[in-house]
Amino acid sequence: MATNPQRILLAHGGGGRLSSQLIREHILPQFTNDTLSELTDAAHLRLPSSDICFTTDSYVVKPLFFRGGDIGKLAVCGTVNDLAVSGARPLALSLALIIEEGFELEFLDRILHSASETAQRHHVTVVTGDTKTVEHGSADGIFINTAGIGVRLPDVNLGLDKVEIGDRILLSGTIGDHGMTIVSQREGIGFESPLESDCAGLAELTIALFETVPGIRFMRDPTRGGLAATLNEIVEGSRRSVEINERAVRVRPAVQAAADVLGFDVLNAANEGKFVAVVSPDAARQCLEICRGHPLGREADIIGEIVQTRDVPLVEMTTKIGGRRIVQMPYGRELPRIC
Amino acid sequence: MCLAVPARIVELEGDRAIVDAMGNRWKAKTTLLPDAKLGDVVLVHAGFAIALVDEEEARKTWELFAEIEDFEKTSNKVSG
Amino acid sequence: MLDRIAKAQHTIEEACERLGRQITIMEVCGTHTVSIFRSGIRSTLPERLKLLSGPGCPVCVTDQGYIDTVLELADRDDCIIATYGDMIRVPGSDGSLEARASGGNVKVVLSSEDALQLARDNPGKTVVFIAVGFETTAPASAVAVREAAHERITNLCILSGHKLVLPAMRALLDGMNDRVDGFLCPGHVSTIIGWGAFAEIVNDYHRPCVVAGFEPVQIIEGLAEICRELAAGKPELKSVYGAVVTERGNTAAQQIVAECFEPVDGYWRGLGKIGKSTLALRERYSQFDAFRRFGLEDRPGKENRGCRCGEVLCGLIEPVECPLFGTQCTIDKPVGPCMVSSEGTCAAWFKYGRRK
Repeated sequence: MATNPQRILLAHGGGGRLSSQLIREHILPQFTNDTLSELTDAAHLRLPSSDICFTTDSYVVKPLFFRGGDIGKLAVCGTVNDLAVSGARPLALSLALIIEEGFELEFLDRILHSASETAQRHHVTVVTGDTKTVEHGSADGIFINTAGIGVRLPDVNLGLDKVEIGDRILLSGTIGDHGMTIVSQREGIGFESPLESDCAGLAELTIALFETVPGIRFMRDPTRGGLAATLNEIVEGSRRSVEINERAVRVRPAVQAAADVLGFDVLNAANEGKFVAVVSPDAARQCLEICRGHPLGREADIIGEIVQTRDVPLVEMTTKIGGRRIVQMPYGRELPRIC
Repeated sequence: MCLAVPARIVELEGDRAIVDAMGNRWKAKTTLLPDAKLGDVVLVHAGFAIALVDEEEARKTWELFAEIEDFEKTSNKVSG
Repeated sequence: MLDRIAKAQHTIEEACERLGRQITIMEVCGTHTVSIFRSGIRSTLPERLKLLSGPGCPVCVTDQGYIDTVLELADRDDCIIATYGDMIRVPGSDGSLEARASGGNVKVVLSSEDALQLARDNPGKTVVFIAVGFETTAPASAVAVREAAHERITNLCILSGHKLVLPAMRALLDGMNDRVDGFLCPGHVSTIIGWGAFAEIVNDYHRPCVVAGFEPVQIIEGLAEICRELAAGKPELKSVYGAVVTERGNTAAQQIVAECFEPVDGYWRGLGKIGKSTLALRERYSQFDAFRRFGLEDRPGKENRGCRCGEVLCGLIEPVECPLFGTQCTIDKPVGPCMVSSEGTCAAWFKYGRRK
């Protein structure tokens, strides 16, 4: 580390010479493509279809760098995944940065490199962007927003209104990895830990599923709020009830141990490289096979199904010991506790 | 009351320890367990080791503990 | 593990059959309440076995007055409040710590050592450590106080809300709720005080007491043992948590606590004043006592109208019997501590059980 690291100045976001310098020296070299290098006010895209999916997400994660990724990788994967679970093939992204005055340029370079690498790996192009700077203290280092466009795959017909009793619920892998990695690192339980974020782009796998198997009713990536939130959203949107089997939900021992230390519930912990799908009973086996044949779905399993509602639609879980309990929508903030 | 987890002491200097549970490592104090030694498994609550854990009993008590065949995989670092 | 659970379940069913009446077992530990719900144990027990949750959630039994005192201190510019996460959402008469957290002077800590470090790092402020918890957690506060004294730190103080389990159990049996047939005793409190500490309950009140840990197998085996003893007509004192609990407990921890604290009369939410049930800092450590430093009193507070947390805490009513449960009092907008505490009975019912 240089003794006087180069840092972001407010002027870097001012639209003048320093802005141009930042773009030409730090941003463009990472994202070499014809569209972006034109630096027009808007990117001109010619898309193969008018059946488009469009999404946006902002990334404010802290710490910025964590085992398994960083905010740059997350910003690309998160938006790619929103498109992927919507049944689209991701094509292009916008990348907007809000950088705090004083932020080290070296960190910016690392983050941009990460974003660029991730975009390339998932065959998406960053075609447009924006950079703003804010005063010291107004942003936690850097905030990123990405918006993404994808082309909807043919024959995709997703919706919670399509969910039927008997449909299976498929979970693509272990839960809690991202959430517990982030929290552990923040709370100082992170050093020398095998915990790693599962941050990854799912498009290749989801496209394989959508192109091969009919009968996929709905898909979502269980990010904030975790599996619990997604299952409750399914209940809320479909007005059906869900039953899951705790034994089928896989959790890495290190993740469970970290959750035990802090008093967190892994069902509420964020995941950044997983999806939940509601599929017809006929489609279940084939979906599982396809998932398990892909590096990101090796630990996929059917964790439950849509069931008849008794009095009020809810998510019920059969526990490891054969008991039953309800899985509620999480409050929105897990706090470390001692009791 | 209260949340406490079994963890192995992998570093110990005075009453300042690093404990390990399934590979997660964090700081804990052994002030309340003056006889605790490097390598012992202890129950950790609110940043303190509060009890020594009998490993044989532990296997029967905590599913996670029992799942790991060789808990000794955690590397012990001698310090001080 | 599953075969052990099946065996224990069989014992429970047999005992219930043999006794031919309802059995009421109280678990005196919020962590037990949550474990029982989370693992779905309740749904596997026979109808005849009723599980009551007792006053074992330290946040729930913390009197409204104490919480209001915490909020008063949080409003001061010269204080940093260091608290375990458990206390953040507890509502006082006027909001909670969570609402004040945006001011920047409320810090969630994982350990009393973190509070001590905050004091070292912020010489210009007074760090007030919100010391709640039962006997399991009191030693951690005692160590921090002793270390602060040793280092001559002057800007750390603790607001002691530490409570003791046995006086509460006695108060319960003496007056509030003598319909309890047996007790599932707190596993981690017992690591400190020893399982032997519950002998007085067995001897004086002839109720079986079994100390258990928090894994589902532990809890079920603990319940099975209580049922077995009841059916045999012989109340005994036992521990199934041999992994960490001994008869005498952690004497080093007991000594440190005795050095720094003394039991005084204290207010428990719903149970009122219980003699020698709360820990207060001894005179020699008075400079670390937030009550004394800020001229505060441990006074009972005004409870929210309609809130029946007290009766829930004594096991006199179930959450659904409280008219506010699930309607005005929910997880998102809790009225009383039983709903807001992560271990509160009402919260457990709401989160893991039925809403009605």
